[in-house]
Amino acid sequence: MLEINQLHKSYAIGDSSLHVLKGIDLSVEKGEMVAIMGSSGSGKSTLLNIIGMLDEADSGDYILDNVPIKNLTEKKAAIYRNKFLGFIFQSFNLINYKNALENVALPLYYQGLKRKERQEKARFHLQKVGLLDWQTHLPSELSGGQKQRVAIARALASNPKLLLADEPTGALDTTTSGEIMAFLQQLNDEGKTILIVTHEEDIAAMCKRVVRLRDGVIMEDKKVTQVRAESHV
Amino acid sequence: MFDIDLWREIFQSINKNRTRSLLSGFTVTFAILLFTILFGLANGLNNSFAEAFVDDAANSVFIRSGATTKAYKGMQAGRRIQFRNEDYKYIKKDFDDNVEFITSRIYKNVAASFRNEKNNYSLRAVHPDHQYLEKTKVYQGRYINQRDMDLKTKVVVIGKLVKEDLFLKVDPLGNYINLSGIPYKVVGVFADDGGDDEERLLYMPLSTAQQVYGNNDYVDQINLTYKPELDFNQAIDFGLDLEKKLKERFLVAPNDQRAVRVFNMAMQNKNITQMTSVLGILILIIGMGTLIAGIVGISNIMIFIVKERTKEIGIRKALGASPKSIVAIILIESIFITTIAGYFGLLLGVGILEWVGPSLKTYFITNPSVSTTLVVSATLTLIGAGTLAGYLPAKKASKIKPIVALRDD
Repeated sequence: MLEINQLHKSYAIGDSSLHVLKGIDLSVEKGEMVAIMGSSGSGKSTLLNIIGMLDEADSGDYILDNVPIKNLTEKKAAIYRNKFLGFIFQSFNLINYKNALENVALPLYYQGLKRKERQEKARFHLQKVGLLDWQTHLPSELSGGQKQRVAIARALASNPKLLLADEPTGALDTTTSGEIMAFLQQLNDEGKTILIVTHEEDIAAMCKRVVRLRDGVIMEDKKVTQVRAESHV
Repeated sequence: MFDIDLWREIFQSINKNRTRSLLSGFTVTFAILLFTILFGLANGLNNSFAEAFVDDAANSVFIRSGATTKAYKGMQAGRRIQFRNEDYKYIKKDFDDNVEFITSRIYKNVAASFRNEKNNYSLRAVHPDHQYLEKTKVYQGRYINQRDMDLKTKVVVIGKLVKEDLFLKVDPLGNYINLSGIPYKVVGVFADDGGDDEERLLYMPLSTAQQVYGNNDYVDQINLTYKPELDFNQAIDFGLDLEKKLKERFLVAPNDQRAVRVFNMAMQNKNITQMTSVLGILILIIGMGTLIAGIVGISNIMIFIVKERTKEIGIRKALGASPKSIVAIILIESIFITTIAGYFGLLLGVGILEWVGPSLKTYFITNPSVSTTLVVSATLTLIGAGTLAGYLPAKKASKIKPIVALRDD
């Protein structure tokens, strides 16, 4: 599903450069739920951004669903992002002047679907996250947990191969975090491959595999027994 | 190609971000409004100048006579100077190099009648050249010609208002009009931009009038135009020379202001032309200034808008928007707003000019208006500037890595 070999990335800071990723090897199978952990500065977000094609590696291979991701043009990257990936952000990143339904439908617009089809699919996914009744509400009228659920629905809308979540519960309280995680687990049970970047141990414990980064290298990569979110809250 | 979804996106964006849309629209509306009004007023000033001199040829010279005020070379003061046909011939011959058209004029007041209609009019007896000097527009029949002069035919050319007064619905051509007891055949009808007074006139061959009224060769006034190729200074010199020669001819003191008077339009025109060209430069500066202010305004707003939308752009890109679609959505939105706003400003400006225009007549502003071409091209310039000002940051924004755009919060 996802194959990463000897990935390097550095950022230029003034005259010197900061080596953020120092040769990452990672392989993720279909249906896995992986937590990427590390303290801030460990390179976990950079890794996620590269996997999400939001950023590009300096060297190394990255193969997603048998497609080598390298030297992408902006246009190609846009198509791949739309086709392969669904993003869930810490700060939700909903478009504030669009209502819930329109936000969910946006990736489908970029897929070139017809309006009617877009709305139908968007409604389906909103229903899946339990927010069909809120479809005409603007993000400002939704609670944090609801916003994140809209964001999840949006990430699911284009039916991506891989869900990428960057601190999905970072801005939420414990109860809401539990709900969100329970939902992500449910999606994983249905077969979605999910990658979660987090620095919270209890969130990581709800995944099936934990990858720990420190100073740009993988320190530990082990399967864990999944803690079900329902039992947690 | 028309992409309804793209337009739906754009309308939503305009509608949901009203402050932003109104702000950029207002800048353009205001710039075009100011541009239209300033240009309109300046054009109005120009029109006033043009109108003031539309009646007569701009290169006219009028020569009139009066009584001497100073004794000179043994002649007493108070002597009346009377021009005659020989003076006309003298000027025509001696100043041939500089004279374009020349005519003598005799003024008479006549009681005119046709059938039951009668009225009093001014009559001018003239040479055929008079038509060009006065810019008389003969729209029916003909003007006085050389044959009339030679044969002293009893014909008249009547003004449009004379025709309306006396002939009512009858075609005056070929009919006889009675002037103080003598019938004259009407050979032409004319119009004149100089106004009603100029159209309530009759023209008659000079030779006919001289024979009928006094049987002499007296002339009241001589009008001429100098050759158009003379520049103002040459024309002024010509006028001064003419005045000097005429004074010598009539034994008038060189500093006598009344006996022989040469009024030269070149003197006036020189000042007016200078003033209009200064005015023209002023108009240009004002127009350019307004336009530049508008361009700067819309550019600022576009840069601000793109900055404001950076995060939205990042989200859209993360969801699979191509750079092209990002640029398109920002640009089309800005072009749409500037076009509507520009058109609105144009309507508003033209409306205001129409509304206050007539009441500005007392301030020497006539018919303040702007050509549509001018305002449309000004609006297009603003749209172009807005597009360019929007394109560069939009292009830049479309190239930002989404992660950079998203981090910005």
